[in-house]
Amino acid sequence: MTAVNSKPTSLTLTDATWVRATLVGITVLTVGLFLVLPLATVLLEAFAKGWATYFDSLMQPDALAAMRLTLLVAAITVPLTTVFGVSAAWAIARFDFRGKNILLTFIDLPFSVSPVIAGLIYVLIFGAQGWLGPWLAQHDIKVIFAVPGIVLATLFVTFPFVARELIPLMQEIGHEEEEAALSLGASGWQTFFKVTLPNVKWGLLYGVLLCNARAMGEFGAVSVVSGHIRGLTNTLPLHIEVSYNEYDFVGAFASASLLAGLAVLTLLLKTFLEWKLKQDVKASRQAAIE
Amino acid sequence: MGINLHNISKQFGQFTALDAINLAIPEGELVALLGPSGCGKTTLLRIIAGLEHADQGEVFLKGENVTHQSIKNRQIGFVFQHYALFRHMTVFDNIAFGLRVKPKKLRPTPAQLREKVHSLLQLVQLDWLHDRFPDQLSGGQRQRIALARALAVEPSVLLLDEPFGALDASVRKDLRLWLRHLHHELNVTSIFVTHDQEEAMEVASQIVVLNHGKIEQKGTPSEIYDHPQTDFVSRFIGQTNVFSLQDNESNWLDATGITFEGAKGIVAHVRPHHIMVEKRDDAAHTDIFLKDWQHLGATIRLELNRQLPNGKASTIYAEMPSEKFRELALTKGDRVALHITHAHWFN
Repeated sequence: MTAVNSKPTSLTLTDATWVRATLVGITVLTVGLFLVLPLATVLLEAFAKGWATYFDSLMQPDALAAMRLTLLVAAITVPLTTVFGVSAAWAIARFDFRGKNILLTFIDLPFSVSPVIAGLIYVLIFGAQGWLGPWLAQHDIKVIFAVPGIVLATLFVTFPFVARELIPLMQEIGHEEEEAALSLGASGWQTFFKVTLPNVKWGLLYGVLLCNARAMGEFGAVSVVSGHIRGLTNTLPLHIEVSYNEYDFVGAFASASLLAGLAVLTLLLKTFLEWKLKQDVKASRQAAIE
Repeated sequence: MGINLHNISKQFGQFTALDAINLAIPEGELVALLGPSGCGKTTLLRIIAGLEHADQGEVFLKGENVTHQSIKNRQIGFVFQHYALFRHMTVFDNIAFGLRVKPKKLRPTPAQLREKVHSLLQLVQLDWLHDRFPDQLSGGQRQRIALARALAVEPSVLLLDEPFGALDASVRKDLRLWLRHLHHELNVTSIFVTHDQEEAMEVASQIVVLNHGKIEQKGTPSEIYDHPQTDFVSRFIGQTNVFSLQDNESNWLDATGITFEGAKGIVAHVRPHHIMVEKRDDAAHTDIFLKDWQHLGATIRLELNRQLPNGKASTIYAEMPSEKFRELALTKGDRVALHITHAHWFN
């Protein structure tokens, strides 16, 4: 230990002053460069031509259609991911079955696959030259270059979020409360809604929040399957790209400011939920010791 | 009626947890399943509850074969070692849970529910805590609430899994007696699992001693203590000194007053309080001396050291009331002679 002054007992305070200054400095610089600067730039550019132009850009039919599509995709994807996540977490944390580890690996798959590849998978399956292409054409069902394709691609990249939050949480909390509920005569569903769900609610909300952020902000996978049809298959991120490529900078940054606002809101809620989650885990650990 | 277990066996992979257990528990008894870790007692309890299923065998509760019934239909109350109280509900809601999840037809009215919950809280003497949350309670309070919760559905059998294992020693002592009194009041057939033989002796009216998945002995506390039927039970319950005739102890045991005519074995188990101690001044008559003693409140435990013929030393434990010890006025290193009044013989 390089402590020059003798007083503090906590480990952090025994670092020399220059070490502390350097570490804090690096952190501030990183946060400034990668978070504050981009956010400030987005806002500056969005309002570069004044409030009126800002609102005008957002009221354009293409922009409104993009916002509607993004909200629709999120509204479909988030509930489906949540249902899947809760079922998978219940199965993995409560049952022992063969292939459990394989299931866990599959759940982690979207994190290791590039989103562009994810989009490509769906083109290969549902596209005009894909496996199901002819069958879909016969029945006049459009998946690729239409809304269903966008929903599928978004589902692929978001489905691990809720499961990954819940599985370790449910394993940590343990199943004794559920056994107690069953012994008192509760059915499986009653146990789930009255005992399990309240115990994991903060972890669940946290997973839903992350899932929503990803669903609304996804670019790569959606870009491949979307077809970029103005007013029909452009989500907000795609609309931003299109506007920017057409030199409509105010329009692009105005839409981007919406996503930036979503990011800040997500961050605030995430911090709150993380704190709540920590409280719950601490309480359950204490209950296990006593 | 009561509980009947026929040929219950359970394996976990290669490990045999329970080996053809046959057990009949009469109605209204307070039974302890006692044994060291890994003997199968918790597994047996959970099979009776329906939290686990036996590989073979059948479980009968009140004459009905419940082997394939789920836990929620068996009408049992279960108390866990770590309480398993619903952490997001108040004490009142915890106890009311079992009543609220009943099918609509059997559900009590809000007024009836309130009355029942409060009467249970009064039974466990914790009515004043009804609006607290579990993490605001002490361990002893939590366990009493857990018990009240289990009793709310009026189970025909009460099962407790090491109920006092997570509590402080003094709280444990208080709750043991409290459970015994509660059982006298309610008379529900109860089974509790413990590895603490003192607890089993103090609380239960019948003790079932288990080892390696088999029942070693079943009986009242005095039967188990005074008449152990196997070597394991004798060693596990209370303190025991073990002397093997094969180690050339016959002469010595003879000299201490033990007769082994009609002895049913070659190993003698002697309880510490069956050893009388006398002071002897001459070295010629005895090779036993007092090494140390421990003050255990009303009794004193003496640690006696004995030189064996082959040169090794063995320790013998004797117990006597404190007054007697004071009368003898022994000090460390004093030579003593022993007189053994009773022994159990095993092979």
